[in-house]
Amino acid sequence: MRTRFHSLLLSAAAAIAFAAPASATELNITCRCVVGGVNSGMAEWIEQKVIPAFTEKMKAEGKDVTVKLTQFGGEDEQLTQQLALDFSTGAGPDVSGFDGFLIPSFVQGNLLKSLEEVAGPVVAKWDGWQHISDGTKALMSYQGKPYGIALGTDARMIFVRKDLFKSAGLDADKWQPKSWEELLEAARKIKAAAPESFPLQLNAGVSMGEATTMQGYWMALLGTGEQVTDDSGKYIVSSQGILDTLKLYKTIYVDEKLGDQRAQLLADGRNRTFANFRDGKTAMLVEGDWFYRSVTAPGAEFAVADRDNVMTWKKMPATAPGKGLRGQDFVTVSGGTGFVINPHTDAPQESWALLSFMNSKEQLTAFQEIQPAIRIRDDVAIPNSPFLTETATTLLPITTARPNDANYNKISTEIQRMTESVVSGELSPEDAMAQYKAAVIAIVGEENTVSTL
Amino acid sequence: MKKFSLLSTRAGALFLAPATALVGVFVIIPFFWVIFVSFTNRTLLGRTAVDPDFVGLQNYFALFNPATFFTRGQFGFSLILTIQFVLLSALIGQALLGLLLAWLSQSVTPTLKSFLQTAVIAAWILPEVVIGFAWFAFLDYDNGTLNMILRGLGLPPGDWLLQQPFWVIVFFNTWRGAAFSMMLFNSAFQSIPPSYFQAADVAGATSWQKLRDIALPLIRGHVVTDLILITMWTFNVFTPFLLTHGGPSYRTEILSIYTYRIAFKDFEFGKGAAVGVVIMLINLAFALVYLRIAHKKPVEAE
Repeated sequence: MRTRFHSLLLSAAAAIAFAAPASATELNITCRCVVGGVNSGMAEWIEQKVIPAFTEKMKAEGKDVTVKLTQFGGEDEQLTQQLALDFSTGAGPDVSGFDGFLIPSFVQGNLLKSLEEVAGPVVAKWDGWQHISDGTKALMSYQGKPYGIALGTDARMIFVRKDLFKSAGLDADKWQPKSWEELLEAARKIKAAAPESFPLQLNAGVSMGEATTMQGYWMALLGTGEQVTDDSGKYIVSSQGILDTLKLYKTIYVDEKLGDQRAQLLADGRNRTFANFRDGKTAMLVEGDWFYRSVTAPGAEFAVADRDNVMTWKKMPATAPGKGLRGQDFVTVSGGTGFVINPHTDAPQESWALLSFMNSKEQLTAFQEIQPAIRIRDDVAIPNSPFLTETATTLLPITTARPNDANYNKISTEIQRMTESVVSGELSPEDAMAQYKAAVIAIVGEENTVSTL
Repeated sequence: MKKFSLLSTRAGALFLAPATALVGVFVIIPFFWVIFVSFTNRTLLGRTAVDPDFVGLQNYFALFNPATFFTRGQFGFSLILTIQFVLLSALIGQALLGLLLAWLSQSVTPTLKSFLQTAVIAAWILPEVVIGFAWFAFLDYDNGTLNMILRGLGLPPGDWLLQQPFWVIVFFNTWRGAAFSMMLFNSAFQSIPPSYFQAADVAGATSWQKLRDIALPLIRGHVVTDLILITMWTFNVFTPFLLTHGGPSYRTEILSIYTYRIAFKDFEFGKGAAVGVVIMLINLAFALVYLRIAHKKPVEAE
């Protein structure tokens, strides 16, 4: 009996040994992307285009590399949380999807290394860099060194449902709000025509994470002529701009119930805002171009039926013409997501080979066929999409970027709390701002903050 | 007293060594490490991850800062919320419901009794994640079972998880934990000689009188044990997270969830450790009370 058991154990060991020949390298790549779910296009691209072609290319170079995509279906913040813990313990995928604004805090926490530190001089020799502008390179850089490669940049705007406008007697094609008041006026008219609807949605609350800060708070705050920091990089903790922004939230969610308050407070809120827009409950949703490219694309979970006729987009106005940041009439803010390499990867060369391969002209062109976008390489053609060309020409010239600062991530969380306490009706805008002020001072110290009130 | 031992002290120590080493590595060292970290501003992200500063008692002062103590999403708010949660869901909910169920099941038919007990224990043995998801599905506003029933009866649906999140987790925890108290009281009741109750029946006592005058005084020790155990468990329970994530707006953020958020979502290890130490001290107090009573019990029984 015992010998039989032993032989069984031995053959099992042999089987395992043969299944994994010593020369094979296994790479893991992860992103918030699921085939048929969130960012489906990215998952399809990696699974169907990148991985087969990359394995082939490596084989031609005499290397046996297998790549496995882990499709992460949770929220952005959950992926960030997992990566932070993974990178701190030497675990995690070799290549991972990553939001550029997190890079400073990760780098200072020693959780990321620059591409050159990970993979060596081969990084600088990559021929792709000459096709990537300094501006887009900076999206995933900190103190001049790239820590990853961005897939591209984005911009934010108001997405509009023409059918809801029409039912309230408004012509969405001719409409472009020039002030917050005009924005609210349209929302009021739609609310009067359809009392059950939530005409205007501006993101707020903790559970949406950075989507609250970027798509909601920044988009309003920039319209008051302010940013989160002043010109010298100090955080503004008390100002008329913050107060006006919070009052706008209060008008939308508490005083006039123009937006869906539940969607800002519940855990799966962002998907609720998508569903509201899809189902014709929301007429105006402030979101990033991702919402058009991926979320509402035909075949996606939140696909808008008859999208070309039903959906359009408008620029986000400042409080009043000329009152926006730099005296602008309209405002927007941009960020960038891409991929980074795990500093603890066992196969730095292969990981870099994969990352650079993903950003090769051929692969990005292949991505265009699945999901058209403005790619970071100047030699990848922009597809003939009116949405992309229009947004690029009107929004990118007036856009703003978040501070490239290690504390921004924490401040952003405080911003989310501040908006949540106003939107839930718990605090007045004045009290919420006072709470924000105390929290920010506790994080960066009073000397790095300014009050203009 | 004559000292009796199978092994010499040295051999005994040798046998104890592996266990001591394991306990040391996985319990004692982390214990002191947490206390040490609570005196620093260590984080996972940013500069203080690599180069934390020693901040003394600053983390503790921040927790008990009177200016923010009662604000939602702060330590004091969570502490008070946890005390309310323990009082309502453990002491009133679980213990009372358990007592009631145990008492009622004394006087029903064996078939009904076993059915009742199976149903209650099922709520107790199912895995937490399964339960959490089931309750989430039950209470959902749009497609939840409860609201479907209410609509079917022509009643207005309720937005339970958003409007009444605290009562949801109180009710949930009562439902979840009543089985333990029920089983404990059940076995306690069975230890009472049936003749006591038969005598009371002859005297014409009502069920309430029997419970108040015979059963409860006899199982007092069990009651105290039960109360302390469920208090400690409920104080540390994390399962409500599966229902509400501590929200909306921190309204269900009991201490365990607060600690999790500070340490593993905001990545403030220093502050998170300080909260951990405070919770540890509170638990220690509970444990001392429990041990004290447990030691007293044999004397009482005599």
